[in-house]
Amino acid sequence: MSKGNWDLFEIFIRSKNGLSHKHVGSVHATDAEMAIENARDLYTRRMEGVSLWVVPSKSIVASDPGDMEHLFEPARDKVYRHPTFYKVPDNIENM
Amino acid sequence: MYTTDLRTKAQKAADAKDTGAKDEIVEASENEARFQARIDDEQFIEPKDWMPEPYRKTLVRQISQHAHSEIVGMLPEGNWISRAPSLRRKLILLAKVQDEAGHGLYLYSAAETLGVERGDLLEQLHTGKAKYSTIFNYPTLTWADIGAIGWLVDGAAVTNQIPLCRCSYGPYARAMVKVCKEESFHQRQGFEIMTVMMEGNAEQREMAQDAMNRWWWPSLMMFGPPDGDSPNSAQSMAWKIKRFSNDELRQRFIDATVPQAEAIGLTMPDPDLGFNEVTGHYEIGDLNWDEFWSVVKGEGHCNRDRLDARVEAYADGAWVREAAEAYAEKQKAKHAAA
Repeated sequence: MSKGNWDLFEIFIRSKNGLSHKHVGSVHATDAEMAIENARDLYTRRMEGVSLWVVPSKSIVASDPGDMEHLFEPARDKVYRHPTFYKVPDNIENM
Repeated sequence: MYTTDLRTKAQKAADAKDTGAKDEIVEASENEARFQARIDDEQFIEPKDWMPEPYRKTLVRQISQHAHSEIVGMLPEGNWISRAPSLRRKLILLAKVQDEAGHGLYLYSAAETLGVERGDLLEQLHTGKAKYSTIFNYPTLTWADIGAIGWLVDGAAVTNQIPLCRCSYGPYARAMVKVCKEESFHQRQGFEIMTVMMEGNAEQREMAQDAMNRWWWPSLMMFGPPDGDSPNSAQSMAWKIKRFSNDELRQRFIDATVPQAEAIGLTMPDPDLGFNEVTGHYEIGDLNWDEFWSVVKGEGHCNRDRLDARVEAYADGAWVREAAEAYAEKQKAKHAAA
C-alpha cells in the first residue's frame, strides 16, 4: 500500500433512477468508504449520477479476449432469434 | 492537457534500441499483422488484448506524460486562487484546477490498465525522470495570465485532445472524452477573463495584451516540433494513437484563435502573421524552437519551482496517506473482530 499503490476500485454510476449502473473508471483508495468519497469527487462533479457502486478491481472476473470466438461466435448464425428474421404479411398492420 | 513526444533525439534512439521497436515492426509477426489489421479496421484495442510491446510502451509514456502535465498544470493556476479578483472568479478557478486534478487521475488510471503502477509513475515525475508539458514552466505573472492560459493553453489542449477521443487504445480514448467535455469550459472561462479585461481601462487592456504576447508562442509550441523533426509521428499515426500531424493541429488552432483575438481587440504578437486567401489559412512567423528545447531540457523559468512544489506537496501529504492507511487497517481489524 505504500508508494501510493493503494487498492484499485472500479466505479459504476447510475445516472438517474430507472437506469442501470454503468462503468465509468477507477480510483485508488484504502477502503471502500474512501473509494466512494474519491469516486464522488472524481466522477460526479457535474451531476453525473444519483448512485455509486465501488467494486474492488481484484474481485472482477473477466472473460479472456482469446475466448471471444467460442463464447460469442455461436450467436452469429442464429439470426432466427431476432424478430426481423420473420416475414410479416403486408396486410398485417401491427405485430 | 496535451501530449507531445518530449524525448530528446538521443533518448529516442536509445529507446528504439531498447525495445527493438524498428526491427520488430519490420518483422511483423503474425500477431502484429493481426493487430495492425484491427487498427486499420478502426477497432479499439482493450487492456487484455494482445498488443506489440512498443505500442504498449509508447502509450505508457504518452499517457503518463499527459497525466503528469495535468497535475503540474494545477500549479501555475493554483497560485492565483487566493488572489482571484472576485468570488465568482475564485469559484470558477477552483473548479477548473479541481478538473485538472481529475484529468490527471483519469489518465493515471488509463495508464495503469497497461500494467504500470500509479506509485511508480508518480516517482518518475518526482525524480525528474518523466517529462511533462513545457508550457507549465512559464510563470503566471498577472491575473490576465489566468485568462490567457484558459483561452490559449487549454484551447490548444482541446485541439490536440479531440482527435485523441478516437485513438486506438480504448481506455485512453474514453478518458479523453471526459477530459474534452470539461476542457471546453476551461477555454471559455479563460476567454471571458480576457474579454472582460479588454472591455476595462487602459491598464487592464495592457495587462491582457501582455499576457497574450507571452502565451501565444508557447501555446503554438504545445503542438510539438514541426512534422519534419518529429520522426516518431509516423509510427503513432500507423497505430492510430495520433490522427493528425503536429503541424496540421497547430494550423487548426491558429485558424480558430486569430479571429477570436481580433474580436476582442487583441493584437497578434506576430508581425509576419497574414491570411493566405488562396489556402484559406493564416500564416505565422518563425517559431523559436531553441527556446522550446531549452525549456524541455529544464532551462525554463519555472522548471525547478514546479517540480519542487510538486515534491513538497507530495511529501507534505504523507501523513494524510499514512493516517488513511492506519485507519483502514483499524477498521478492517474491527470488522474482523466483530
